[in-house]
Amino acid sequence: MTKAKTLYDKIWEHHVVKTLPDGTAILYIDRHLVHEVTSPQAFEGLRMSGRKVRQPSSTLAVADHNVPTSSDRLKGIKEEESRIQVEALSENTKEFGIQYFDMADKRQGIVHIVGPEQGLTQPGMTIVCGDSHTSTHGAFGALAFGIGTSEVEHVLATQTLLAKPSKNMKIEVTGKVGFGVTPKDIILAVIGVTGTAGGTGYVMEYVGDVFKQMSMEGRMTVCNMSIEAGARAGMVAPDETTFAYLKGRPMAPQGKAWDEAVAYWRTLPSDEGAQYDKTFTLDGSKIAPQVTWGTSPQDVLPITAIVPNPADIADENHRASLERALNYMGLKPGTKLTDVPVDKVFIGSCTNGRIEDLRAASQVIRGRKVAKNVYAMVVPGSGLVKEQAEKEGLDKLFRDAGFDWREPGCSMCLAMNEDKLQPGERCASTSNRNFEGRQGRGGRTHLLSPEMAAAAAITGKLADVRELVR
Amino acid sequence: MQAFTKLTGIAAPLPIINIDTDMIIPKQFLKTIKRSGLGKNLFDEMRFEADGKEIPDFVLNKEPYRKASILVTGENFGCGSSREHAPWALLDFGIRCVIAPSFADIFHNNCFQNGILPVQLPQDQVDQLMEDASRGREISIDLEAQTVKAGNKQFSFNIDALRKDRMLKGLDAVGITLQHQSDITAFEQQRKANQSWT
Repeated sequence: MTKAKTLYDKIWEHHVVKTLPDGTAILYIDRHLVHEVTSPQAFEGLRMSGRKVRQPSSTLAVADHNVPTSSDRLKGIKEEESRIQVEALSENTKEFGIQYFDMADKRQGIVHIVGPEQGLTQPGMTIVCGDSHTSTHGAFGALAFGIGTSEVEHVLATQTLLAKPSKNMKIEVTGKVGFGVTPKDIILAVIGVTGTAGGTGYVMEYVGDVFKQMSMEGRMTVCNMSIEAGARAGMVAPDETTFAYLKGRPMAPQGKAWDEAVAYWRTLPSDEGAQYDKTFTLDGSKIAPQVTWGTSPQDVLPITAIVPNPADIADENHRASLERALNYMGLKPGTKLTDVPVDKVFIGSCTNGRIEDLRAASQVIRGRKVAKNVYAMVVPGSGLVKEQAEKEGLDKLFRDAGFDWREPGCSMCLAMNEDKLQPGERCASTSNRNFEGRQGRGGRTHLLSPEMAAAAAITGKLADVRELVR
Repeated sequence: MQAFTKLTGIAAPLPIINIDTDMIIPKQFLKTIKRSGLGKNLFDEMRFEADGKEIPDFVLNKEPYRKASILVTGENFGCGSSREHAPWALLDFGIRCVIAPSFADIFHNNCFQNGILPVQLPQDQVDQLMEDASRGREISIDLEAQTVKAGNKQFSFNIDALRKDRMLKGLDAVGITLQHQSDITAFEQQRKANQSWT
C-alpha cells in the first residue's frame, strides 16, 4: 500500500522535473501571473542575457498596484514613475508575447482576482507571481505562492523554480460559525493563534466543515492571508464548489478536456490518514467578528475586546514590540475597541474585493449613511466585479450611502497610487496588512471584514456589525 | 551575483521583531524599473523624517553603523511583501549579511538571489551578537566554514548545500537550471500527453 499523501504532497510530486543531489527540486510551474511592480527588472534580465520567455501562453500580465482608481484614469496616469512602470509592462509583454489586460480592458483588476475570474487558476496547478498574496489561488486546491523578481525571471526563462519541499500544516476549523462572522474573521482568528511566523516553512491546508461550506470567494479570502501567518501557501481541497465556480470560465478546460480535468482534480484531496507535521484546531462557533489593533496581522482581537496592555507581556522583545505598536497606532491599553473612531474606510483589495464582499457590505449600509467624520471608498477587485456589482445596483447602494465608488486596482491596500492615508489618519480596512506606513506614512490601519468595514463607515468608529444587522 | 565567501565588518543592531519588507523599503520606492540605487531609502520611514531629515536615534544614522555591512536583528525578519527591493536596498546600502533568530520565507529566498547571506542562529546567540554589535565590535562570517565569530565567541550555522555553493561561486540560478533544459522539455511533453488542459 502506498503512503497516504496530503493535497500538497501530491501537487508537489506531480511537478518535480528533477531532484538535484542536495534535495533541491526543479519544480515545474503551470501558470505565471505578472504585474508591473515586480517584473521590470526580470524582463530586463532576460534582455541582458538574450533569453526568451519559455512558455508565453502560461503567463498572464495585468497592471494593478500603481493604477489610479479615479474615473478619468484612461486619460493617462499623472504620476510619472507609476506611468513609466505601467508602460514598461505593456512594452515588455508585447516584446515577449505575453497576454496583457490593460486599464481599458474590463478584465483588468487585481492579479489575484483576475486569475480565478478567468479560470486560469485551476486545481492541482503550480501558480506563482511576484506577489506574496499569490497564496489566494490555493483556494482552488492549487499550490500557489509568491516569489521575488529574480525568481520571476527564473520562471519566465525556464518555467520552473528551484525549491525544497515545505512541511504540511493542518488548520482545522470545526463547527458552525455564528451570525456576522465571515471568512475574513476566520482567517484573522487563525493568524491570532498561529502568529505571523507560525506558518514559516509550512504549507497550510484548511480543513473542516467551515471551509467545506465556504464559497470560493470566502476560500480565496482565507488562503490570501496564509502569507500573513508566514506560510509558503494555503490550500483548500477542490470539491463540487470549486468545479461549479470554474465551469465555463474563459481559460478553464472545455468539453472533453473539462471531464478529464475534473476526473484528475477529484484525485487531489488529501488521503485518509495523511500525516501533517503540525495541526491547529479552532472551534468555529467561538469566533467573533475580528479587528486588528496593532501593526502586525497577529495583533488581532474580537471586536468586543479592549486594547491590550504591554505590562501583561513577560517577554522583553514582545513587550517592546507591543509598546511600539500602540505608540504607532495612538491607542491606550484598556480602551474598548468599539470606542475607537475612524477617519477612512477602505473596502477592496485581493483579500476582500470580490463580488461577494461587495454584496455583503452593501447589506449593512442599505438605507443608511456614512458618518460625517468618515471618508469611505469601495474599490472593486476587477472590471468584471465592478460590472457585476453595477448590474446588481450595488454601486447605487454605496453611492446613496455616501461611499466613493472607484475603478479597480490594489489602491489603498498598499497606497502605491494616489489613494493613501495622511499621517495619523485611522482606517477601517478590508485589506491584509496593518504594517507601519502600509496605507501611507503614519497611517493607522485596522483590518476587518467587509461587513465590519461597512459598520465602521456608518457608525464612524470600529463597531460590532452584529449590533447593526440583526 | 556577487560571490560571498568571508566577511568581517561593523554590525548594526536592530533589536526589533517582525521587521516587515514595508519597513525595509516603503512602497513609494518600488516604482523604479532598476535594481540599483535603493540604499538611500533603506528603512526610509524609520531613518528619515517626512521632510528627509535624519532621525538621530535610528541606528544607521549613528557612527560607526553608517558603514555597517552586517545587520543583527529580531525574529521573523523580512515578513510581508515579496518585494525583492528589500534585499536590493540592503545590498545597495552595503549590507551583505543579516543575522536573526528566524526569517520570513520569501525574503530568505530573495537574499540568496542577491549575494546576501541570511544567518539563522538561536535567540541566545543572536542576543550575544546584538551586544557585540551595540558596542561597535566587528563580526566575522566565514561561509565555507559556516561560522560566525565575534571576540572569542564562535557560532556555527546551517545552510543548504546548493545555496552555499551558489553563494560561494556567485552563480546565477537560471544558468544552473538551464543545464537541465532537456529534462524540462521531456517533462512538458509528458504533461501535454497526459493532461492536455494544462
